[in-house]
Amino acid sequence: MNWPLVPQQVMTGILNGGTIALIALGIVLIFKASEVYNFAHGHLVMLGAFLTWWFAGGEELGNELFNLPLWAATLMAVLTAMLVGLAIERVILRPMTGQPVLAIILVTLGLSQFIEGGVSILFGAQPKSNFPTPFSPSDVIRIPFPGAFNDTIILKQSLVASFVVAAVASAVFILFFQYTKTGLAMRATAENHEVAQGVGIRVSRIFGLSWAIAGVIATFGGVLLATVSGVSLNMATVVLVAFPAVLLGGLESFGGAIVGGLIVGLSQALVQASRNIEVRNSAEIVPYILLLIILILKPEGLFGQKRIERI
Amino acid sequence: MAMLRPAGDFDRNYAQDMALLRQPWQRWAMLLIITAAALIPLSGNAYLVTTVNRIMYTIVAVQGLNVLTGMTGQISLGQAAFMLVGGYIVALTAQYWGLPIFVTLPLAALGTGVVGLIFGLPSLRVKGFYLAMATLAAQFIIPWLSRHIFPEYLGGSSGRIPVPSPVIAGITFNQVAQVFYISLVVLVITTVVLINVRRTKLGRSFIAVRDNDLAAEVLGVNPFGVKLRAFFVAAMLAGVAGGLKAISQRSVGTELAYGLNESILLLGMLVIGGLGHNLGPFLGVVTIIFLEDLANVTGATMAAIFPQHATSLLTSFRPLFFGLVLMLFLIFEPRGLAHRWELLKASWRMRPFSR
Repeated sequence: MNWPLVPQQVMTGILNGGTIALIALGIVLIFKASEVYNFAHGHLVMLGAFLTWWFAGGEELGNELFNLPLWAATLMAVLTAMLVGLAIERVILRPMTGQPVLAIILVTLGLSQFIEGGVSILFGAQPKSNFPTPFSPSDVIRIPFPGAFNDTIILKQSLVASFVVAAVASAVFILFFQYTKTGLAMRATAENHEVAQGVGIRVSRIFGLSWAIAGVIATFGGVLLATVSGVSLNMATVVLVAFPAVLLGGLESFGGAIVGGLIVGLSQALVQASRNIEVRNSAEIVPYILLLIILILKPEGLFGQKRIERI
Repeated sequence: MAMLRPAGDFDRNYAQDMALLRQPWQRWAMLLIITAAALIPLSGNAYLVTTVNRIMYTIVAVQGLNVLTGMTGQISLGQAAFMLVGGYIVALTAQYWGLPIFVTLPLAALGTGVVGLIFGLPSLRVKGFYLAMATLAAQFIIPWLSRHIFPEYLGGSSGRIPVPSPVIAGITFNQVAQVFYISLVVLVITTVVLINVRRTKLGRSFIAVRDNDLAAEVLGVNPFGVKLRAFFVAAMLAGVAGGLKAISQRSVGTELAYGLNESILLLGMLVIGGLGHNLGPFLGVVTIIFLEDLANVTGATMAAIFPQHATSLLTSFRPLFFGLVLMLFLIFEPRGLAHRWELLKASWRMRPFSR
């Protein structure tokens, strides 16, 4: 360990973890509402980032059509993503209701490939460097911290901002689930579809709504990632680390998803503080090693429910 | 075999009952198919030879997945990574120990099988989605390791090493048209073995675990052992397929399509062909490779129309078409093409009473 680097990496890790946690929330939401393991969530994140880039006047196809400021572009992208989410639920997942887990996983994998191809046709396969981020890489916050490298912790403003947005979005999301009528209806649906239907909740509408919200969350996650590291097709694979985060926290737990996201972010940042180059290089697979460990030791995750199966 | 047979067609001894090819015409047809396949390289059409060779080693990989996912019901998102392991074993054992191909391919099967066992271990505790995640971890960890450990042997960060061409009886197999015959022989062997595995105790316990692993346990099947065996067989076949792919491409490494998308592609091929059916891998692989060619043609046509976006359009239609077809199959024909084939056969047998 290169100890003077540790405080810096802890902060960076937590800030990165915020975005991962927000993305993980979307996966948990879909799972809780409709028991679908959404492997296409990473691609929804990528789609959201590309849509925002396009509405903000991306160079290849859209610059004559739209040239919106970032906030307006994000809003337009969120609206589009909602429609995409609704369409996905109605067209692809509604007919799959009641199919085995394998088929559900495969259909979301198929969806992910479809989105990948579609995005690359619509927006071009090359990475986009001109995402309209409000920050430049040199915008940093310096916090004095004795013992750290040069006695300061340097935080990129884009990272801090994305963490704040992710935290606010997660909080809004959890409050929505705890206190609004729609949120309660979604939790009831997650608990038991038939009983929810029995008390007058329209389960099909809740499914659609949860996909729409997942689309919104994914778009926010995509915009946050894009402000930090730009827009590319590769985002979808990078974002797959949200899955280890979800499993670390437990599939059914929103709080768990946030904790899991922070753990994943932290672990990825902490290995970067090592003196050994191979350990530093392992940042991309550390979440998956954690995943294997948690699957063998405590498969239900830190905050998940133990499942009892009957024949 | 519970199938309808015409009146007067019955077995007189156990050998007839156990035969895979019951009728003389079936034997002739099989001989004809294999001969026709063996004649393909003589046509000299490079595209045809390369494609059929690719189809054959991909079928072997999908057959492995069929044992694991189709018969045992365990999802694997790591089949392409296991192919990478097999490719490396074939390359390294041939390069440094100078072993012949009769040894390197079985070694690749065994070595990859052991790696498969390691990543199958979580199946002790988890199933379904969780197991998919464990194999997803394999899909990320294995290529990473190949790029970062032993760079002098595994090619390091560039991730590519040459594969020596196998030599059999003094002939160097360095053309695809020659490797073709190795693939064909391997494919025939794996197919015959797998058809028979289905009829053994092991094959039946695979299916019992798929249908309900708790019930299988009650019936005296050890589900964990059976799942591990399925992982072993799947990884073995992936290793062989990876070895054949490495020999055909004459190099092996992470940059040559061994990623997550390749694993998803293999799973998709299996679903489109028909999960758990012996014909599934054949139908699925041929369909998807044909579809990919269609996508390439579409991409090239679109690129000619919109030359300013050519680079994106050339590669984009493959995932688009594949994703679309996979979703359509899952929604409208989740049992795959093999099921259609069975329906067709049944209606032929029932003629003229079939609808």
